[in-house]
Amino acid sequence: MKKISIGIYAAVTVGLMVWGFYQAIYVAPDEQTMHEVQRIFYYHVPSAMVAFLFFAISLAGSIGYLAFRRNRHDWAQAADAWALAGAEVGVVFCTVVLITGPLWGRRAWGIWWTWDARLTTTLVLWLIYVSYLLLRRFAAGPQVQTLAAVLGIFGALDVPIVYMSNRWWRTQHPAPVFGGGPDSGIKDPAMLAAFGWNVLAWLAWGLLILALRYQVERQQQKSAAREAQEALNG
Amino acid sequence: MPRALWTHLVKDLRIEWRSLDAIISMLFFSGLVVVLFSIAFDPRGAFSQQIAGGVLCVATMFASVSALNQAWAREIRHQVLDAQRMAPAPGAELYLAKVLANFLFVTIVQVVLAPFFFVFYNLHIEGQAWLLALVLPLGTWALVANGIFFAALSIRSRNRELLLSLILFPIFIPALLAMVQATTAILTGESDPTLWIKMLLGYDIIFTTASLLLFDVVFHAE
Repeated sequence: MKKISIGIYAAVTVGLMVWGFYQAIYVAPDEQTMHEVQRIFYYHVPSAMVAFLFFAISLAGSIGYLAFRRNRHDWAQAADAWALAGAEVGVVFCTVVLITGPLWGRRAWGIWWTWDARLTTTLVLWLIYVSYLLLRRFAAGPQVQTLAAVLGIFGALDVPIVYMSNRWWRTQHPAPVFGGGPDSGIKDPAMLAAFGWNVLAWLAWGLLILALRYQVERQQQKSAAREAQEALNG
Repeated sequence: MPRALWTHLVKDLRIEWRSLDAIISMLFFSGLVVVLFSIAFDPRGAFSQQIAGGVLCVATMFASVSALNQAWAREIRHQVLDAQRMAPAPGAELYLAKVLANFLFVTIVQVVLAPFFFVFYNLHIEGQAWLLALVLPLGTWALVANGIFFAALSIRSRNRELLLSLILFPIFIPALLAMVQATTAILTGESDPTLWIKMLLGYDIIFTTASLLLFDVVFHAE
């Protein structure tokens, strides 16, 4: 039953993504100033939204792990699995954001990259979560969960500071290329529909991957616990 | 001053006084970075004023990593680290002692390096020079407070020396930005560094508090 429902969910997700693709590429009208390149927006912004959501899930998992690690072992393990899954899938979506952004910027602004507040914050966020994943890879043993949770909290503390610092940095030196981004309100209902379908499709897809990654991590935790128990019984 | 903090601080200072490992290696390394940058960018005239702040901060950052790596690694021998973990003294005091000791080492390196730096880059301060005595300690504190914390975090991992840089630098980015902007503002005298000094102060308060609160969690992680 469980497998069937996962299969149905996956099929619906793929259908949503196909529908979203059709809406974004064929249905949504041509944008007046940016033309075809504006269609990246239908992938760029949903990916960014999903990435930020998953980083928030990762932070919640980190806090949950630290809160439960002493008295509720099973909850703590689940929280840690959420933290890891959120960070990993979030990094993938954040990578998509960082790749599609410059592709769009090259045509719309004439430059690949500018050290603007939002761009810099996203890049630093990506760097922080990559370092989080590196820590999980390099640090071995049971303490890695605690260490990773602490680093997750530190990284989350850093993000608002990065954002504010870059806003101050850029308000002191106004950036002429930035202004009138695509998010100054969508007027066309067909564009809004295409955007909405893509948000839904990518969110559904992201949640599917997130849930699968969570399950894999839980299985690994359980098999590691079983092996440790067997070694003790030995 | 709490006794555990004082004991650890005196011990670290005494070890450093007898060996001078951290200070000599940091001094030579940061001097090398300054020389390499001046060869790579050929600083002359107004351009040297513009980049000098950045070079000084990045040189300090790279150099201090060598000392930060040593800060906990030297405790591994003879299981000192395990003994510290079992001692009933609060971990926050141990952490603070390490931060204070290494803050002193990095500050000494900066003070010794400063004259050479001014000679190599032909610097003259256009803004208020005394503000540098505020910016550099605040930036150094941000670096050392986070660095000691993450060094403790990465001490028991594989290739820990690399891992420290990998997790310290992304977190340190906003402080580095504020430090560089403030130093450049003071050197060139073109803008007001007050905002950046406030930001450094805020960063220091937030991360020092978080480190003090979470240090026991990291130190006793098992």
